[in-house]
Amino acid sequence: MKHSTEEELFAYREGEMKGRGAIAAHLHDCGECRAELDRIEEVFQALNTIEVPDPGEEYGARVWRQIANRLPERRASWWEGLFMPRRLMALGAAAALLLLAFWAGRISKPMAGAGDIADAGKVRERVLVIAVGEHLGKSEMVLVELSNAQPAVRGNKLINISAEQKRAQILVEENRLYRQTALSSGDTAMASTLDELERVLLDVANSPDEVTPAQFESIQKRIAGQGILLKVRVVQQELRAESEGRKPAPAQNDLTPKARNKV
Amino acid sequence: MADAIGSYDAGGISDAAAVARTLAGDREAYRVLVERHSNYVYRLAYRMTGNPHDAEEVVQEAFLRGYQKLQQFAGNANFATWVYRIAANYAIDRLRQRKNDESRREAPPRAAEGEPEIDSLSQVKDPAPSPERLAGSAQIAVKMREALDTLTPAERTAIVMRHWDGCGIEEIAAVLKSNSSAAKNTVFRAVQKLRLALKPFAESRGAARAVGTES
Repeated sequence: MKHSTEEELFAYREGEMKGRGAIAAHLHDCGECRAELDRIEEVFQALNTIEVPDPGEEYGARVWRQIANRLPERRASWWEGLFMPRRLMALGAAAALLLLAFWAGRISKPMAGAGDIADAGKVRERVLVIAVGEHLGKSEMVLVELSNAQPAVRGNKLINISAEQKRAQILVEENRLYRQTALSSGDTAMASTLDELERVLLDVANSPDEVTPAQFESIQKRIAGQGILLKVRVVQQELRAESEGRKPAPAQNDLTPKARNKV
Repeated sequence: MADAIGSYDAGGISDAAAVARTLAGDREAYRVLVERHSNYVYRLAYRMTGNPHDAEEVVQEAFLRGYQKLQQFAGNANFATWVYRIAANYAIDRLRQRKNDESRREAPPRAAEGEPEIDSLSQVKDPAPSPERLAGSAQIAVKMREALDTLTPAERTAIVMRHWDGCGIEEIAAVLKSNSSAAKNTVFRAVQKLRLALKPFAESRGAARAVGTES
């Protein structure tokens, strides 16, 4: 009988899949190799006898005191946080839509006369309208899920909102881009609605992964209190109507319907 | 923006939010990360360096470097894993430095001619004590500490990351700046050396059990 080598047994212990079946079969029949495997295991058990001294509950605070004065000043740059890979994806998607809008405007009629320019503007606006509409739809979904959630919790058990939180983080970045676009194109009403939406999304994005029932309720109240869901729905309806051509596409700074103001 | 989460205590924000705030210039947000992950990093640092003083230095340096390199932090990674890796990298450099200093201070032990490298590890400090004195896990811990000190920095890093923190081979390879096959071999070599160092002790315990002086 050919015994397993120490390396094979170690790999087997480590969960290595290569040749696993053969080694398992051999171990079943071979007491010597089983004993060898036990001796390898003893090394790991022996390692577990080494204890790490507890630095104490306040250790983190102590480390902070030790390093706080040594941290270099970081110049505030709000955009720096945006350029993290996950966020870049979200930003990329939104930016791509904006680019598409301008590109659509450019190629719709290369030989632009006065009427052509108006057409190009409409195409561009329509792409933007669709993009913002989709963004609002996704935002609405997150807020509705949070508002309608009635988690079955007992006592002070934490509620996991990490999924909504992650979606909100992405939406915040998109929202920021659309808001700035709205602002630069003079659509202050749209910018204002997006600004309100951004605050609520930030609330969710910056919440802990798990919240207490009281914190959860507070989030729900803030969503309800600002009436943001209703505002988002009204804007969505208007944008939908626009994209379906049910009424003439208004100039960009006319995107301030009465209904939205009423809300 | 800060008001948006004003209803939570600083420790309640997520790691991702704390990183974003730090990057936006809010230095206090970094405190949340330091306070939250210091104990975790300390455990790694202690196991790698073997003493509290060095461990504390590794922790401080890891968070300082983390702050300086925060722009490089991949947002889709876990901050704890990221700072853990910085600590491991710094600790391994420190171990290498310590080994170099030690070898400069002491004359290198002379290996017998033709003796394989691995045999040098049986030179665990202190001659084998009596079975009675070695009884109990405290003695095993002492032996294991000594055995860990005989590992190379790479081996020590590999076994600490693999055994205590359950790191994957790829992760270990990244810290060791090697490939996964070499990292796997390093873990195996570490286990072999520890086993060899533990052998005289295991045998003496076996002998003690045989003569009835130890249960």
